[in-house]
Order: sequence, then structure tokens, then C-alpha cells
Amino acid sequence: MTVVGDRLQPTIFERSRPGRGGGKIPHPPNDALGRIPAGALRATPAALPELAEPDVVRHYVNLSQLNYAVDTGFYPLGSCTMKFNPKLNEWAARLPGFAGLHPMAPDAVAQGTLQLLFELEELLAEISGMDAVTLQPAAGAHGELTGILMVRAYHRSRGDTDRTEVLVPDSSHGTNPATATMAGFRTITIPSAPDGGVDVEAFRAALGPRTAAIMITNPSTLGLFERRIGELLEATHAAGALAYMDGANLNAILGRFKPGEAGFDVMHFNTHKTFSTPHGGGGPGAGPVGVRARLVPFLPAPRVLRAEDGSFRLERPGERPRSIGRMRSFTGSSGVLVRAYAYIRAHGAAGLREVSDDAVLAANYLKHRLAGTYQVPFERACKHEFVASAADIRHRTGVRTLDIAKRLIDKGYHPPTIYFPLTVEEAMLIEPTETESLETLDGFADALIEIAREAETDAALVTSAPHDAPVRRLDEATAARQPNLRWRGMTGALLPCPD
Amino acid sequence: MPYGPHAADDRARMLEAIGVPSVDALFDDIPEPLRASPLRLDDPEPELELSARLAALAGRNRVDLASFLGAGAYRHWSPATVDQMLLRGEWYTAYTPYQPEVSQGTLQSIYEYQSLLAELTALDVVSASHYDGGAATAEAALMTCRATRRDRILVSRAVHPHYRQTLETYAQGAGLVADEVPLVADGPLAGTTDLAALERMLADPYRPVAGVVVAQPNVLGLLEDMPDAGRLAHAAGALFVSVIEPVSLAVLAPPGEYGADIAAGEGQPLGIPLSYGGPYLGIVACTDALVRQIPGRLVGLTTDLDGRRAFVMTLRAREQDIRREKAASNICTNQALLALAASIYVATIGPHGLRDVAALGAARAAELEAALAAAGAPRAHDGPYLNEFVVRVPDAPALHARLLDRGVLAGIPTASLLPDEPSLADGLLVCATEVTTAADIDRFASALRLELAGATATGGVR
Repeated sequence: MTVVGDRLQPTIFERSRPGRGGGKIPHPPNDALGRIPAGALRATPAALPELAEPDVVRHYVNLSQLNYAVDTGFYPLGSCTMKFNPKLNEWAARLPGFAGLHPMAPDAVAQGTLQLLFELEELLAEISGMDAVTLQPAAGAHGELTGILMVRAYHRSRGDTDRTEVLVPDSSHGTNPATATMAGFRTITIPSAPDGGVDVEAFRAALGPRTAAIMITNPSTLGLFERRIGELLEATHAAGALAYMDGANLNAILGRFKPGEAGFDVMHFNTHKTFSTPHGGGGPGAGPVGVRARLVPFLPAPRVLRAEDGSFRLERPGERPRSIGRMRSFTGSSGVLVRAYAYIRAHGAAGLREVSDDAVLAANYLKHRLAGTYQVPFERACKHEFVASAADIRHRTGVRTLDIAKRLIDKGYHPPTIYFPLTVEEAMLIEPTETESLETLDGFADALIEIAREAETDAALVTSAPHDAPVRRLDEATAARQPNLRWRGMTGALLPCPD
Repeated sequence: MPYGPHAADDRARMLEAIGVPSVDALFDDIPEPLRASPLRLDDPEPELELSARLAALAGRNRVDLASFLGAGAYRHWSPATVDQMLLRGEWYTAYTPYQPEVSQGTLQSIYEYQSLLAELTALDVVSASHYDGGAATAEAALMTCRATRRDRILVSRAVHPHYRQTLETYAQGAGLVADEVPLVADGPLAGTTDLAALERMLADPYRPVAGVVVAQPNVLGLLEDMPDAGRLAHAAGALFVSVIEPVSLAVLAPPGEYGADIAAGEGQPLGIPLSYGGPYLGIVACTDALVRQIPGRLVGLTTDLDGRRAFVMTLRAREQDIRREKAASNICTNQALLALAASIYVATIGPHGLRDVAALGAARAAELEAALAAAGAPRAHDGPYLNEFVVRVPDAPALHARLLDRGVLAGIPTASLLPDEPSLADGLLVCATEVTTAADIDRFASALRLELAGATATGGVR
């Protein structure tokens, strides 16, 4: 195994040399740990690397340059809404008043953050047509669990304990069925109809006295608005079940569709999608949850409340006894929520509506550009994203969607989401977002059309891609068969240099 | 739209290409009766005004007080490298490394994070990250149930109450039972987990236990007898979960040394700002034997087609996007950027620096203990602690409020932290770290002396 390629980096452990670094922290008195019984102390020092600061900086700067990111280029990863992250919001989250506030600080000391959280809840409630919002969940999936646990508590509070099933369309995100399981429910998968929507007849057949909730992503993961959503919601409520909306695709419908008004009972927001908080290489996000009035008593604790005198406070323990409880420590990921708040304020009503207009326009434009070259299984107008399929190309040339995705890397683009949704063969889920220029959209379309041509003329060029990335395709099978999940080079060999 | 890319005629060109008359036509599929009422929000705010609004809000928080707050979130000095590196767009504007060829930076950083935490915890496997300490503890408890196929968890009452409450929420959903192990009420072990009670609870043959959850240091700052707690758990066929604080692991025995199967905890002390509770870093680590049960992403080392070393997400068959309703957890988005922050923090201050942070905190805490005792607030417990402890004061909640008026955040009244522990009705949980100054300690002690004297002068407790 070559240790590193041209642009790859040694690990921080390999960069370590005994005696490097230090000088950051004053030395403690020698007897600082004298009161601690020997048995409670560490027997072997942790084998952590020793690096000088210039080494640390080069390591992380060079590593960062191996990443593709929104700040470096077009990132049309469907379902993830990789829009531009405004820089003002990074500044705001780092203001000492926000960043330095301890989560156990008394309310009187935390009025600025509490006010921001309270106002953000109101903004999200207005955007979604919900009656109340909790900001506690740390991510979309965490929001889903929060929402479905509230559904569970709601049914139980009515003595309705036979509702053990959650209905989920086959095109849904994997988090939906995984959430249902975590909340103690059985998942019933509903097939899609040929037009991409939920198969309403199959849905009606599955719905019944055992149904606790339906979980619907709208627009769906195919980028299509669920045209029969009114019927679905009516049938759900007629059966005594509640309707959960996975808000992952909210970026398509700001100012156009308010789930709470339309009849959904509960939904989550992904602030890192719709409201531009950065994705952070996998997180942090935030997954606020909005509910209609009947679920308000079950919201997780603590809520942020406004007192009569206009000051803000956290709910006291036990103040709302029907709450499902806590979903996490403290109050929420405030540092993320500051960014979402700034984004909503910067846009206002007109700006948010324009966000969705432009996101939908960009997606339809790209779909139009690609339609002659790739299959577009659903002809009607898409929302903020669309599915293209390389099934025909594969049957003709053997080139798969995976190959096309890797070849896009050579052409300077991040690939779309691939092989999702599971309901479309050789799927590419393409989401351009509203922050990409016409030149970028055209450049990307040209690249995909060019790759389709390459598949016909020089398939090997595509199937062996990427050629211009820091590494070529990886041996994922060996990684899973013989997992190497941590560096062991230093353990017992290169222990830290003694003081 | 403030961040929009379009020139004057771009939209018209796109509409023309698509062949629709207006953007509105693209929304025809929303049924008329379900279309939204107008958004009632303020007008767009130009950045100049928005920045002033944000600064004003931040200014309403008071972060200038002498603070002795801890209880799961700790004020530490963070070297400038951490935030400078985090502000690179290549880190914070990327997403989950689904395409490893263009994500080696994130992937290697996660692998290094897993390795650093494996060293600190002396365990084999570390997940790429969880939401925070509370959610990580809950997921660790669920892991013990999956691994043992039992459904009862015992959790010490000296585990942070937010973690216990989170665990309780998760357990209810999963149909599991979480029972609390009481604290020793008095004597030299007061404030620590009652291991005799634990042994009795483990002995119930009709209610076998999946996992035992104990924190080190515990929420009162006290050190627990972790080896004994672990032995009791294992003797009953249960797994042992240690709730850890990562800076302390530079000096305290790590979970792997005393036989813990799983470690869970809050990574915030590793260079992550307080930010009123998040975003933080949930740590979950386990032994090799439990690798298939650990929730969340894992990054492994492999090679590319040319034999170059490279990193990739692996053992994905545990995850929701592959396994759907059979996944180990529903977690998808995690806290990758915070794991990166923790790695840069550890890499910058190094092993000696981390030990110095832990030891300095202990030294400052000892100074704080002496100063508070001299001012009339002695420690409430006898057992050893690292850098956080409880002092006994009369009428703690009221005193806490009066000290705040004097510019001192006098820790947390134990009555609000553990309201069901009568022995803690009149305590303050206080904490010191390497950033606690002698001047802060003086300010606290002087204010306390004045308040206690005032209380005596006006006839004692209000």
C-alpha cells in the first residue's frame, strides 16, 4: 500500500514526533492531582500525537483541499439542498454573546439567545402554518423521532393504544422507517403509483385502526408535489391517524404551501437544507419540529416562553406534564439556529418565496436541458429537484449511473445523489438549488450530455473514472470485510514524550 | 433575494427554454384549495441592518460574569487553530462523504477523530459522531439492549439528569425500561452511585439487565468506583456503559482500562464553544465485539484501485439509508464539523497540553474549594473529585440569585439539578477549569462572604 498519493496526506499520528508542540497551556502545580486516588488515575498515557502548530495548520489545510464543497463548486446532491451558506451567518454565530453563553446560565443572563429562539419558533410556525415549534432536535432524523414520539404520546393520551403501524411510501428517506422502528412502530411500506405519487388505493387499503401515522415527504423524493395530498390527509384523519410531513424538501414550497394549513399535524424542518445552515461535512444540522394545536401538550421540554413582562424564560421541569420529555441535553443547537434565524430575516416573505421560485425554476431548466439525453421518468413539472435515469444508457453501453457520477468529478462537479429513490432504476436525483447561476447550470448540463456521448464512444473512459481526483475508486469490500477503524501505529510504540 | 445569482434576463431565458409562461405555472400542481395563505413575515433585512440586529441580540446575553457553571458543558480555552481551520469552506460547506474520491479530507479527519477518541477512551471503535452527550448516552443504552436481547437498563442517578431524561424518552419509544440506581446518602461515599443497591437490582432473576450506565466523574463531580460497578454489571451478564468527559480522560482511568464495554459522553470540552447548548459532539465508543451494534457512521481505511491508501465510510449495513426499518438507529446527519473541531483541538494542544488542562482545572478547583470553605461554604461530600464539586450553603436557590446580582454565576443549585435528592436541597454545584482566574475565585468568595454575613445579620435564612 502506498502511504500517500500526490495530494494525499499522512495521518496526524504519522506526523507526530516526541517533543514537538506544547507551550499552549501553563504548567499546573506538581501536586494538582495529589488528591485523586491512584486507582482512579490513568495507568498508561493516551498515545496522542505531538505536533508543532505549523504542522497542525498544514495538515488541516491540505486535508481540506481534498474535499469538494459548495464553496468550491456546484453540488447538486438531491435531497440535501446544498445551497450557498451566507458568510454573515458564520460571523453571527461566533459573536461572543452567542458563542460564550453557558447552557445552564439563568434565564436573566440569556435573554438575547432566548429571544432569538422564541422569534425563530414564530418564524418557522408562520412559514409552515403550524401552531408551535420546538427547536430542540439536532437533525432531521432527530426531528422525525421527536415528531413520531409525540404521535405515540397523543394516541396513548386518548387510550388509543392499538395503533402500532406507521405508513411510509416506498420512495421515502430511509430515516422514516428507521424512525418508526425507534419509536416502537411497525413500518408498512406503500407503493408508488406510475405517476410517481403515492398509490392512493394501496394507501387506503393499508390505512386502518392500527395506523398511528403516515409519514409523507412533500414534494416527494422524486421532486414531485403530491397532487392527491388532500385526499391522503382526509383519509388519514378519517381513520384516526395523524399525518407527519418530512420537511426535507421544504425548499420547493416556501410561500406556496403551508403544511399545517393543508392538514399535516406535525413536520420537521432541516435548517441545513432550507435555511442554509452549513452541512459541515455531515453535520451539525438542526431539525426543528412544528405541530398543530393538538400536539402542543406533547412537545419536548423545555420550551422557550415569553413572560407577561416581555422577558423570555425556559419552561421549568414538570411545568407541562404531558411532554414527551427531553430529546437531548440542554435546549438546542443554538449556534446553528442563529444562522437559520439570520437567513430567514435576510429574506423576509418576498425573499423566501423567491428562493423556492428560483429553486424550482432551476430544476425545471436542468431537467429540460437533460431530457433528450437521459430518461426523465416523470414528465410533469418538477419542484426543486428531479430524477433522471441512465437505465437506457446502461442497457446500450454498460455504463452505469455510478460511472457517470464518477466521471462528473473529472469535469469539476459534485455528483448528484445516485441510486435514490430506490423506485427508479439507475436513478440520479439532481437538486441545483436557487443559488446557482445560469452559466453553472448550463455547464453542468453540458458535462452530463458530454458524458452520455463518451459512454457511447469510449465507455472505458467513463467506467474507469474518476481520473482527476485525489484518489481513484476505493476498495469498499475489503474495508467492510477487514475493518480498520482506528490508527494503531502509536499504541505502545510512540507514547508521548515524558515531561 | 439576497444571495441569488440571476442577472436581469436569466429567469426569462430559462422560462422560455422550458416553455412555460411564468414561474407560477410550475406550481400548478398544488391543488387550489391547499395553496398557502400569504407569508406574514417582516420585509427582507439588508445585511447591514441585520448584522446590527444580531449584534444587539448577542449583546443582551451576559457573558462577562465570573462563571462557575459546569454540569455537562465546560468553559475552556480553545487555540486559534480550531476556529481558523473550521472556517475553511472546504470543511463546513461539504456534506456527508458519499463520494469518497472527492471527500478524502472529511473522511481522513473522521478516521483521525475515531483514532484520537479510541486512544482517549482505550476502546476500539468510535462512531463518527452523535448529536450530543444526552443522545449519545441514550443510543449507548439502546445498544446494550440490542446486544444482549434484554430490555432493562439501570442508570445511576448521578448521571447528568438531561442524559437520564433523554435516555428515558428514547427507552419509552423503544419499549425498554430504564430504572434508576440511587445515590449513597451519607458517609464517605455520599453522592456516588450506591453499588450495594446496584447489586440488588442486578440480582432480580425475572428482570435481567441489558446495561448499567454510570458516569465518571458523576454529575456532582465525584469520582465513582468504576471497576467495581463494571464487575457487578458483568457478573449479571449486563454490559457496562461509562459516561465520560473527554478532557478528564487525559488523567483519569479510561473506560477501556476498567472494562467498560461502551463509553458515551459530551465532546464539547474539546475546543467547542458553549453556544447555549449546541451544536455539541456526542461521543460513542465501544469494544470490537460490539462493532455491529454501534449506531452512526464509521470510516475505515482501505486502498484505491492504484493501491493508494484512502478512507471510506464502511459497515454501512447498520445504517438507515441501506437497512431502513432494520437499521441500528435512524441517525443520518451527525456532528462531523464538531468532531473535526475536537481533533484540531487535541492535535494542537497535544498530549501534555490536554493533561495540563485537566490538571490545571483540578488545581483551580482545589483553590476554589479552599476559598469557598473559608467564606462559609464547605464541601457537601467527602469523596474525591476532579474539578467540579458541591458546596453546602443555606437557601441555595435564593443565595444563587443574590450572587448573580453581584456578578457571580455561582454554579447551579443542586435542588434544580436533582430535585428528588433531599440531601442536595441546599447545595451549589460549582466548577473550575484552566480559564478560572484567581480574581474570579476572589470575587465569588467575597460575594459569598458578604451574602452569608448579611443572612446571619438579618436573622439567618430568608
